[in-house]
Amino acid sequence: MSDTTSTTAMVAPVTGSGALVLQLKNVHTFYGAIEALKGISVDVREGEIVTLIGANGAGKSTTLKTISGLLAPKVGEITFMGEKISGMKVHDVAAKRVVQVPEGRRIFPRMTVEENLGMGAFLRTKDPEGVKSTLELVYELFPRLRERRAQKGGTLSGGEQQMLAMGRGMMADPKLLMLDEPSMGLAPVVVETIFETIETLNKAGITILLVEQNAAMALAIADRGYVLETGSVVLQGPGKELLHDEKVRKTYLGEA
Amino acid sequence: MSYLLSQLINGITLGGLYALVALGYTLVYGILLMINFAHSELFMAGGYVGLGVLKVLSDGAVATGPLAFMKPAQTFFNSGMLGFVALMAATFLISAVIVGLLGVLIERFAYRPLRHAPRLAPLISAIGVSIFLQNAVLLWVSSKQLPYSRADGTAFVTSHTLLKFGGVEITTMQVFIVVTSLLLLLFLDTFVARTRIGRAMRATSQDREAAGLMGVDINSVIALAFFIGPALGAVAGVFNGMYYGSVKYNMGFIPGIKSFTAAVVGGIGNLRGAMLGGFLLGIVESLAGGFLETGYKDVIAFIVLVLVLIFRPGGLLGEAVAEKV
Repeated sequence: MSDTTSTTAMVAPVTGSGALVLQLKNVHTFYGAIEALKGISVDVREGEIVTLIGANGAGKSTTLKTISGLLAPKVGEITFMGEKISGMKVHDVAAKRVVQVPEGRRIFPRMTVEENLGMGAFLRTKDPEGVKSTLELVYELFPRLRERRAQKGGTLSGGEQQMLAMGRGMMADPKLLMLDEPSMGLAPVVVETIFETIETLNKAGITILLVEQNAAMALAIADRGYVLETGSVVLQGPGKELLHDEKVRKTYLGEA
Repeated sequence: MSYLLSQLINGITLGGLYALVALGYTLVYGILLMINFAHSELFMAGGYVGLGVLKVLSDGAVATGPLAFMKPAQTFFNSGMLGFVALMAATFLISAVIVGLLGVLIERFAYRPLRHAPRLAPLISAIGVSIFLQNAVLLWVSSKQLPYSRADGTAFVTSHTLLKFGGVEITTMQVFIVVTSLLLLLFLDTFVARTRIGRAMRATSQDREAAGLMGVDINSVIALAFFIGPALGAVAGVFNGMYYGSVKYNMGFIPGIKSFTAAVVGGIGNLRGAMLGGFLLGIVESLAGGFLETGYKDVIAFIVLVLVLIFRPGGLLGEAVAEKV
């Protein structure tokens, strides 16, 4: 235990000077009687890439679902840009431009690529010009999607579907983009593309909350990271520091 | 030959009615993966509401007491072509809206509270709603078969022979039913394929959670499906009353089962499938009834269902989509 105290002691590891975008304060979420989140507190500042890492069942996806309103916290509060969003309906959270790219892609299989992207911009009814330019941006970032834009989403390969899911998320013009396991089940080359895209989006000014099992890659691009274990934050700190933390290396990076 | 054609025309007419009702099953199934067993009762309710509207708008015997103020309106609705067209438009519109709202109400109170319950629960609830509606009509309206006509026995719509060739007859009523059904089907198809709300419905049916993340208000989409389906069912119910000349509290059961069959034959969840299945079933049934014996028509209809399910379990236009768990 002694080797971890140095990291846990960093209670306020603020790197960015950006304004607080997202704040989770002591959030408890339940699945029926099972407490999946046991009082999680997470901060995300403007312009950051923040990552949540941890093993299966640690509560990473649950955290994202609680933020996006798919689940409601029983205790605790979530604020976005100073406004309380916990307890809001999913579509109302989406209207705040808090966008979740769900685990397993979840594209619409019987819609074309372009219709899928159109669904991403579902709420941008007053900004047709902006939608058009975002669409152009998505196609530039993922030329494969342009080639296949008339194809049904369900016929794409796993990697293309992940690109589509990310593109669809971008179409909402997010202020905060939450990515749930974007590298899951993908070939290493594709994973690299996905991570490069995350960095590109971040440089374009989008704040990112990234959930990953691939801890090494996530921590390498993250400003800060949180390590989750059975529903609690056990470690937090700058990405690079966590990457070199002995416990993280042992538990999550598979080093002896 | 002319007999064959006559049966074919009957079949297409019947098919139009089946298609309208089948859409209600398929819309709800597509979005909630639930079979709305109460839908046949909404078809029945459409028949009754339509009869009520027709009586208020054009039956002199009703325009007494508190409804005496309807007299001048009735004079208008009962005079000439314009009056007739207005009467039909008003009847179908009012019936569709009332029954559509009834559908929304049923979803809100009988199904939504069970949204996260095991799938059997809303199914049982639907059967409960079905029994409730039948008995409500039986107790509060009438247990008897009611004629679809004014108190003096005159029909609201008199059907004329429009075309006659060989021994084949096409009536205005048949054309009215088929044309209206086709227009409504075309309208719904375009609505779902091209409009923003239609896309939201398709997205919701393909992945409800993901649609919510896109900002789609899922409850509104579900409520809309529960409005459109029963509204179309009501139109079929009114037509059914006019075509067969009467309504009864249990009239929904058999057409309901048939339309459900049509939806399954076409591929449940698929709108065009429901339309195709409806017409196919109507035609097969009429031909079987005409050439074998009337008693066999239901047997043949269900044999078609069994055959389709054996060779194409997903239905004619259904996609082989893995069952969601």
